[in-house]
Amino acid sequence: MALPLRPKRSLNGPPISYDAELERVEIELLLEGVFRHYGFDFRSYAYASIRRRLWKRIEAEALSSISELQAVVLHDPSAMERLLLDLSVSVTAMFRDPGFYQVFRNEVVPLLRTYPFIRIWHAGCSTGEEVYSTAIVLQEEGLLDRTRVYATDINDAVLQQAKAGIFPLNRMQEYTENYIRAGGKRSFSEYYTAKYDGAIFSPSLTQNVVFSQHNLVTDRSFSEFNVIFCRNVLIYFDRDLQNRVHSLFYDSLAMFGVLALGSKESLRFSQYEPCYEKLDPREKLYRKVR
Amino acid sequence: MAYEIIVVGTSWGGLSALRELIAGLPKTFRLPLVVVQHRHRQSDHLLTTLLQDRTPLNVCEVEDKAPMTAGNVYVAPADYHLLLERGYFSLSTDDPVRFSRPSIDVTFQSAADTYGAHAVGVVLTGANADGATGLKRIFDRGGLAIVQLPATAESPAMPAAALACVPQASVMTIEEISAALAALPIAAPVANTPSPGAR
Repeated sequence: MALPLRPKRSLNGPPISYDAELERVEIELLLEGVFRHYGFDFRSYAYASIRRRLWKRIEAEALSSISELQAVVLHDPSAMERLLLDLSVSVTAMFRDPGFYQVFRNEVVPLLRTYPFIRIWHAGCSTGEEVYSTAIVLQEEGLLDRTRVYATDINDAVLQQAKAGIFPLNRMQEYTENYIRAGGKRSFSEYYTAKYDGAIFSPSLTQNVVFSQHNLVTDRSFSEFNVIFCRNVLIYFDRDLQNRVHSLFYDSLAMFGVLALGSKESLRFSQYEPCYEKLDPREKLYRKVR
Repeated sequence: MAYEIIVVGTSWGGLSALRELIAGLPKTFRLPLVVVQHRHRQSDHLLTTLLQDRTPLNVCEVEDKAPMTAGNVYVAPADYHLLLERGYFSLSTDDPVRFSRPSIDVTFQSAADTYGAHAVGVVLTGANADGATGLKRIFDRGGLAIVQLPATAESPAMPAAALACVPQASVMTIEEISAALAALPIAAPVANTPSPGAR
């Protein structure tokens, strides 16, 4: 059977003569290839956002179709590294959603005080903004010394950044506002040293932090925690994968442990909702109760 | 052409424009209507409340993977991009696009990619050019492009930019837009439960 000819793309972005079904085939083939050749499994990522990220990469590589990107990525590991950054980095800010950190300080910290030793997991910590934000709260509350933090991400490059603890100086005004709204007790600038265009955060914040590679899609539980942070990571997953990761979190939480999700994420659409109770009507902090 | 989704983008002056638009929809309105309004990253539920005051339709802020139901008004949450899947929503914290998150272009492009010719894009008042390229994507995919008559907009820049990008768009007052949306032919109901991987 002869294949119909498809006109070439004329502008940036997906072609005007656009076949959504064909695009889905191309995307599925690309993700399958990436999984089989490199072992990174993006096959259960939320379709609309992975499509958007793939097209951004296609434009950055000056290519014109998903299939072209597939060929480049499979034959050129450095292109795969760039794609991996696009697909795996979640963008965040220090003290993003100050109300969340207020509730964490007021509701979760008192629970943690009752433990002699605290274990926290930041799942999908990306460049570490949340790890440092939480460490600041715990230090101010006098709990950091007896806390062991595991900060994991699929992507080793972002873990190295997180470990270095250097954040763009031009974000500090925003972060300072967030910190104040979050109920911070000191002056935010006490936590970093400005150098060139970077803010280098105090190594005392990460003294008890282990940064390590972990893949939420394929790796298993590795310990038992009192708090698991996973904010605005699951939004990139489809519902099946979200459920699988919720199963991993459930298995990794101690009884009465706390699961912290992003403000617009919910257990409502997962099968684990009955296992938790909400600690706050608005912020997504859940306590494992059964 | 039968339609499945309406996406509305607005910025400066958007609150009163949206309130008027929504007040003009009948309570029997049967399409999901998605609102992307630029606002501060820490703004709360006030927008949702102020819109709910003007309509018997259910107004809610979107949560990740929430199903999309006919006759609901969905508001994009502050500080996230809103993407549309078939029958449900996904959120993203990817970088702001032209300083905006939510970005109207991102949601409009997602509507065009997912719903093709069954999407309706509406650009209302605003002081920047967000929404123009997204509206073009909707139009190019065969969807319906509607722009508020710039002279009637509190801030005409955004409708004017959309028109410059999509000169074929229908240009109307807000009152006329409400009436046009209410009269749209509607496609068979979309599935209201997420089915990842389903076609």
